[in-house]
Amino acid sequence: MSDDTSTATLSRKDFQSDQEIRWCPGCGDYSILAAVQLLLPDLGVKPENLVFVSGIGCAARFPYYMNVYGLHGIHGRAPAIATGVALARPDLDVWVIGGDGDMFSIGGNHLIHALRRNVNLTILMFNNQIYGLTKGQYSPTSEVGKVTKSSPFGSLDTPFNPISVTLGAEATFVARTHDLDRKHMVETFRRAHDHHGAAFVEVYQNCNVFNDGAFGAITNKEHRAEMLIELHDGEPIRFGADAELGVALNRFGECEIVTVADVGVDRLLVHDEHRGDPTLAFALSRLADRPTMPTPIGVFRDVARPTYEGEVQRQLVGAADRQGPGDLEALVGSGATWTVD
Amino acid sequence: MSSLPHSARVQAFQGDDPMMGLARQGPSGRVGTRGGDGGSGPTDGDEQRGRVSPKTDHLEPEALEDVVIRFAGDSGDGMQLVGDRFTDVSAAFGNDLATMPNFPAEIRAPAGTIAGVSSFQVHISDHDIVTPGDMPSVLVAMNPAALHANIAELEPGGTLLVNSDAFDERNLHKVGYQASPLEDGSLVAYRVIQVPMTSITLEAAKPLGVKPREAERSKNFFALGLLSWMYTRPIDPTVAWIEERFAKRETVLAANLAAFKAGYHFGETAELMENSYEVAPARLEPGRYRNITGNLALAYGLVAASQQSRLPLLYASYPITPASDILHELSKHKNFGVRTLQAEDEIAAIGVAIGAAFTGQLGVTATSGPGVDLKSEGMGLAISLELPLLIVDVQRGGPSTGLPTKTEQADLLLAMYGRHGEAPLPIVAARSPSHCFDAAFEAARIAIKYRTPVILLTDGYVANGAEPWLLPDVTALADISVPFASEPNHDGEFWPYLRDPETLARPWAIPGTPGLMHRIGGIEKEDGTGNVNYDPANHEHMVHVRAEKIARIARELPDVAVDDPDGASLLVLGWGSTWGAIQQGARQAREQGTNVATAHLMHLNPFPSNLGEVLARYERVLIPEMNLGQLSRLVRAEFLVDARTLSKVQGVPFRASEVEAAIEEMSR
Repeated sequence: MSDDTSTATLSRKDFQSDQEIRWCPGCGDYSILAAVQLLLPDLGVKPENLVFVSGIGCAARFPYYMNVYGLHGIHGRAPAIATGVALARPDLDVWVIGGDGDMFSIGGNHLIHALRRNVNLTILMFNNQIYGLTKGQYSPTSEVGKVTKSSPFGSLDTPFNPISVTLGAEATFVARTHDLDRKHMVETFRRAHDHHGAAFVEVYQNCNVFNDGAFGAITNKEHRAEMLIELHDGEPIRFGADAELGVALNRFGECEIVTVADVGVDRLLVHDEHRGDPTLAFALSRLADRPTMPTPIGVFRDVARPTYEGEVQRQLVGAADRQGPGDLEALVGSGATWTVD
Repeated sequence: MSSLPHSARVQAFQGDDPMMGLARQGPSGRVGTRGGDGGSGPTDGDEQRGRVSPKTDHLEPEALEDVVIRFAGDSGDGMQLVGDRFTDVSAAFGNDLATMPNFPAEIRAPAGTIAGVSSFQVHISDHDIVTPGDMPSVLVAMNPAALHANIAELEPGGTLLVNSDAFDERNLHKVGYQASPLEDGSLVAYRVIQVPMTSITLEAAKPLGVKPREAERSKNFFALGLLSWMYTRPIDPTVAWIEERFAKRETVLAANLAAFKAGYHFGETAELMENSYEVAPARLEPGRYRNITGNLALAYGLVAASQQSRLPLLYASYPITPASDILHELSKHKNFGVRTLQAEDEIAAIGVAIGAAFTGQLGVTATSGPGVDLKSEGMGLAISLELPLLIVDVQRGGPSTGLPTKTEQADLLLAMYGRHGEAPLPIVAARSPSHCFDAAFEAARIAIKYRTPVILLTDGYVANGAEPWLLPDVTALADISVPFASEPNHDGEFWPYLRDPETLARPWAIPGTPGLMHRIGGIEKEDGTGNVNYDPANHEHMVHVRAEKIARIARELPDVAVDDPDGASLLVLGWGSTWGAIQQGARQAREQGTNVATAHLMHLNPFPSNLGEVLARYERVLIPEMNLGQLSRLVRAEFLVDARTLSKVQGVPFRASEVEAAIEEMSR
């Protein structure tokens, strides 16, 4: 989505606002903000055509730090507000920023409906598995047994798996990345942005105050090779320091971790982002049910489907072609009329 | 022949023998007094309007000034459909009219039960009228339940037309009749006409090869045909309408047509009554008219506001009775550039509209009942963002699910105060079905000019009710457009909350505008820069500024008009849909020699500037409301006026006679 050559001279600084950033020192949000601001000059989109919409939560402060058009909305409603922005103005480049509470608790309904409608939105969900802004209650992605201020005896709630939920919500693009790998973030965000339709990215984000190290077991540099399974389209899914491990389907169609030497390369699952049926992507999303097990990152699914606002536009144009432009006088005088002299 | 006084006419009829189980007691409707030619309406235009006069040995149709007819049956009987049809034909004929549909929330309650009764009341007249009539003078009852539910409201001496086929033991039993009311003498006060509508309809459809089960469903058209004869309605438009409406279902079309004609011919030949009746066209203000419901007028008003503001309309809503028809209507008009979205919930709907407003479009959402509660959060955001937004509240009976299909005016204080924090917004109310057009346009104008959410209050009664509408000259509608910000406004910077000194509206800079990128949100912000700001003094300043912005709207509102022909000491103040009943109640009181003034509010927040002065002029103030006194509270609080409430919360509008009685009582 390139506007014209005038965007060629843009740099990271052009997307930074003059507002002081108020996230806690050491918060994972800083690196996500940096990744987005690094990416934007590359996208060829003028700052005035970018709109960042957010709800409520730490992540939702994001738009204030961006020198673009921004709307900091209400808790959970960002996908709905952003749907209005995109529907009204398909020419705009609309991003949605929120956390796990914002998008999977209070705003869960709006998220799934924006996804199924395939509104052209780039949705970044910062998952820190905790409520940060309200100072540390368990979230809809917190693990069972989580001890927090509101769950002193351990949380009883089964968490959502955001990738599974969004695949189930008919999302056309679903990906995962994490806040300790800027390069992976930038590339994942780029893919999400380039996707025409609703793109959902789960970003594992460390909350160093209320849930420090929640993803350390998989995202720390020393564990990454064994614990992060990078997905690459068209390639057998392998990981490990020497790519000695892989993912294969068992006889139930479920994904399981295998040792390549034991099963042979041919048994490995070949990743296919573009598969119309989401079954395999879903199976991959179930490989790890918490971030202490080998966890796939990258693009799970990227399929083409007409965008909602594009189809709305098509109906408008079609109606205007068929009926001609609206004539208010004819409209109010439609149906049976009579004249009193 | 129609110059006999009403009482004399009743006498004249009472001597007749009942025939086919019918007891004649007099004509239904008010007898005309405009001379003895029997058809006192304009004669030249009648043929052009397709009026069919019964050409039999019957007497000429007898002129009536007006008549109130109520069609009542099972919710599956198609009463709304034939009521609408009768209304449209009467409108095109040139009568003034007002309607009141009344239907259950259940789509199909058990057949034959009281809960399943659906009715449609229409008041047609040869003069200017403002209400659907207090009590019907003609009741069409398709079954015992419809009779049971409505008979108490039929005018004494009124005509009761029943489908006698439906009065079998089973149906009678369902509503608790021990004996058939058609036979036990309980209906002697009425002129009862029994017609075996089902069997005649089946008979009529027989040669067409329609299955009896299907043919039976056409009996509503039989009733419509019969009423069309009784009140000399033109039949050609209805025949054409049936042919168009059922074009795709050949057998249904044929059965409906056969039933309609059978009903009409039955009236003509069965000698049910000496003559048919005629309600001549009304002498309304010259111009072109159509019949319109409130929801339809409101949808048109939104399209008009979109055109006159040059802002594309984006309408997002969640289906809810009785607001859904606005969505249905607007979704048809894509060639006007109208985008509609059926949202996943009420909250999303207002969110989508806010998003659209941020980008420079006319964002509108509509709802009712509990949906309004859910939108409070979004309204608060729009107040803080200071973006134009229109929220339509088609009020219905509450609390909670309440009475989904019935009317009430109990959301005024909710509209006024139903948000956390100090969160003022303007409120506009529509007084009648056609007025919904003007009210929607005005609400949008205020929203756009002042960059504020506006609540437009209508209710189930005006939303579903219909009346003739003198078509507006759309070329004369005001230009309500505002410029978008295009340049930095403060030392080369853009400050999103730097206000217009007159209106206090903030600049509307839309995405896509170079150099004006800005961030807004629901967190308190510094006036001017719009930056997040928690400073105590700034918050206090912002609370006052937001209140002052709304208050200043009063500067440009027209004074509230007072209708006071006789120098009364009693003022009846109203708002919203009570307008018709108040007008008619006051007319009747004046006819009785009671002096009374009336005034009606379209703007509830802020009030028109002269309201306090008007109220101070009167010794007594009466406020009829379909709530427990919400405008009264506002008026008392604002003006220290000892206003008295006339309250009605039955899910049905005031009768003019109820307002009249209150006026008489307060005038003693």
